[in-house]
Amino acid sequence: MAGLEDLYREIILDHYRSPRNRGDLPSPPAVRVEGFNPLCGDEVVVYLDVVDAVVVDLKISGQGCSISQSSASMMSAAVKGRSVEEARALVRSFKALMSIHEAQLETDDADAPGAAGPDVLDADALGELAALQGVVKFPVRIKCATLPWNTLSQGLDEVGPATS
Amino acid sequence: MTGGGDVGATRGTGPERLDPRALRKEFPLLAPDRPGGPVVYLDSAASSQRPRAVLEAMDEYYTTTHANVHRGVYAIAEEATRRYEAARVAVGRFVRAPRPATEIVFTKNVTEAINLVAYTWARKELRPGDAILVSELEHHANLVPWLMLAEERGIELRFLPLAPDYHLDLTDLDRLLDGARLVALSAASNVLGTVVDLEPVVAAAHRAGALVLVDGAQLAPHRPVDLGRVGADFFGFTGHKMLGPTGIGVLWAREELLDAMPPFLGGGEMIRDVRTDGFTSNDLPWKFEAGTPPIAEAVGLAAAVEYLERVGLERVHAHESALTAYAIDRLRDAHGEQLTIFGPEPDPLRRSGVISFAFAGVHPHDVAQVLDTRGICVRAGHHCAKPLMRCLGVGATTRASLYLYNDEDDVDALVDGLAEVRELFA
Ligand SMILES: Cc1ncc(COP(=O)(O)O)c(C=O)c1O
Repeated sequence: MAGLEDLYREIILDHYRSPRNRGDLPSPPAVRVEGFNPLCGDEVVVYLDVVDAVVVDLKISGQGCSISQSSASMMSAAVKGRSVEEARALVRSFKALMSIHEAQLETDDADAPGAAGPDVLDADALGELAALQGVVKFPVRIKCATLPWNTLSQGLDEVGPATS
Repeated sequence: MTGGGDVGATRGTGPERLDPRALRKEFPLLAPDRPGGPVVYLDSAASSQRPRAVLEAMDEYYTTTHANVHRGVYAIAEEATRRYEAARVAVGRFVRAPRPATEIVFTKNVTEAINLVAYTWARKELRPGDAILVSELEHHANLVPWLMLAEERGIELRFLPLAPDYHLDLTDLDRLLDGARLVALSAASNVLGTVVDLEPVVAAAHRAGALVLVDGAQLAPHRPVDLGRVGADFFGFTGHKMLGPTGIGVLWAREELLDAMPPFLGGGEMIRDVRTDGFTSNDLPWKFEAGTPPIAEAVGLAAAVEYLERVGLERVHAHESALTAYAIDRLRDAHGEQLTIFGPEPDPLRRSGVISFAFAGVHPHDVAQVLDTRGICVRAGHHCAKPLMRCLGVGATTRASLYLYNDEDDVDALVDGLAEVRELFA
C-alpha cells in the first residue's frame, strides 16, 4: 500500500509552504487563465507574459491543496523563461508521467513492458517535478496535480496563435 | 434476519441509552475484520452504512418474490406489489404522513423529489416576477432546480442569510416573503450541522401565501419527524442517508396538492389510459412514478425505517447530541488554536452531528488524505454547497459526521489523526 511519504515528499511540502512565482500580472498584456477542480474546489489562476514566443514571466494565484499548489509552484519554476514550444513539451511530459503511471497501476505491474509510451521524457528531464510521481499512487489526487498544467496549457493555446 | 426488540440497547443502564458498539455488529462494513481493514466511518452525512437487516430484506425479496409490480396476476407479482405498497406505507408512517398510501411518492433520491416539485407544481403555478425564497445554506439539490427555473421563467430567487452564530437570520423574513410563492429550505445543513427552526418560517410563509418545501435529507435519518407538526407542504428525504439503499428517495406532499399537479415523467405506470391523441394520468401516487419503480430499494428502505424505529429515533437523537458535544469538546481541547469549527455550538435541538472545520492551515484534501491512511473516512470539499462556502470564505472544509453507530473511540481516532496532520504539515 502506498504510504504518505510517497505523496508528501519533502520537496512538495517545501513548494507548498513557500510557493514560487506567487502573485499576478496586469492582464492585458498578460494572459490570465483560471482552472477549477469542481470536485474539491481547488482553484489555480495562471498569468502568462509571452514575448516573442518566450514565457518571460509567469505568476500563479488561487488556492487549493498541497498537491495542486506545489504542482503549480514547480510548474512555474520549470516553465518561466522557456519558449512556448518547450513549455508545451513540458506539459505533455508531465501529463504523460501522470497517465502512464495510472495505466501501470491499472495493470498492477509497474514493470510491464511497453507501459511507458515512446514520447515520454524520463524523470530527469522533469527535474524536481518528478517528485510528484508518487501522486499517481493516489488516483483521486492526480486531478489536483494536473490542474495547473491543464490551466497552463489553455493559456498557451490562447497566446499561441498570436505569437507563432 | 435480526430479531426484534431493543436493538443496541444497553442492558442495565436503562432503556434510554443506545449502545453504538452493539449496533455496529449489525453493520457488515463496520466490522473490525472487514477485508481491507477496519474503517472509522465519519461520513454518514454523505451516505450512511446499512445494517444486515436491510441487506437481508432486499436479498430475501429478490430471492423469493421478485416480479414487476402492478402488472402480473400471478402470485409472486401480487406479492411484489403488496410488498412495494407496504413499504410505501411503512416509510410514510415513519414521518407520520397523514395518508401514506397516496401521499408518499417514491423517487430516485431527494434531488429528484425536489426536481419533481420544480418541474410540476412550480412550472404550472409560478409566473415571471414571482419569488422563491431559499437560504444561504442550501445543498445544490435545493438550489440548482430553482436557479434553472429562475432562468427559464424569470423568477426571482431570494436568500435567507446566515447569521454569525450559523443559524438562519430571520430578521427580514417578512420582507423577503413579500411576493414569494415558495419557500424551499433544508431542515438541517449538511455542512454546518445547523438544524433550522422551521416553525416560525412555515407560519410566516403560510401567512404570506407561500407554500413550503422542506429538504429533510439531513433530518429524517436523525430525529423523529412528524409531518403534521412540521407543517410543510412538500417534504423530501433520501434512502441512502438513513440506513437504506441507494436509488430511492421520497417526496411527501398533501393529497390536494399532488392531485392538482401535472405528472412529472411520462411512461408506463403513471397512466390510466393512453390513446393515440392523449392520455389520462393514473391515481396518486402512481401518477408520479413512471416506469418500473425501485421495488427492492423500497423494500430495503422499509427495513431501514423499521430498524430505526426499533432502535428509536429519540435515542438516536440523544446519542448523536451527546457525541457531538463530546467531539467538539475533544477537538477544541486537543487542537484549539489550530481549529475553526463552522457551525453552531452544541445544542440538542438546534445542532446535528455534522462537524465541518478548517484545520491548521492545511487544505481539507490533505487532512482527509492523512486521515485515510489511518482508516478514518471524512469528507473534504465543498459538500455541494458552493454558495455557502463563499459565505464562509473558504473553498472547502473537512467534515466529520456522526450517526448511531459512531462512538467516542471514533472521535478519539479523529483527534489523534489530526495530531499527525499537524506534525506532517507543520
Ligand atoms: C441537505 C441535502 N440535500 C440534498 C442532498 C442530496 O441527496 P441525494 O444525492 O440523495 O439526492 C443531500 C446529500 O448529499 C443533502 O445533504
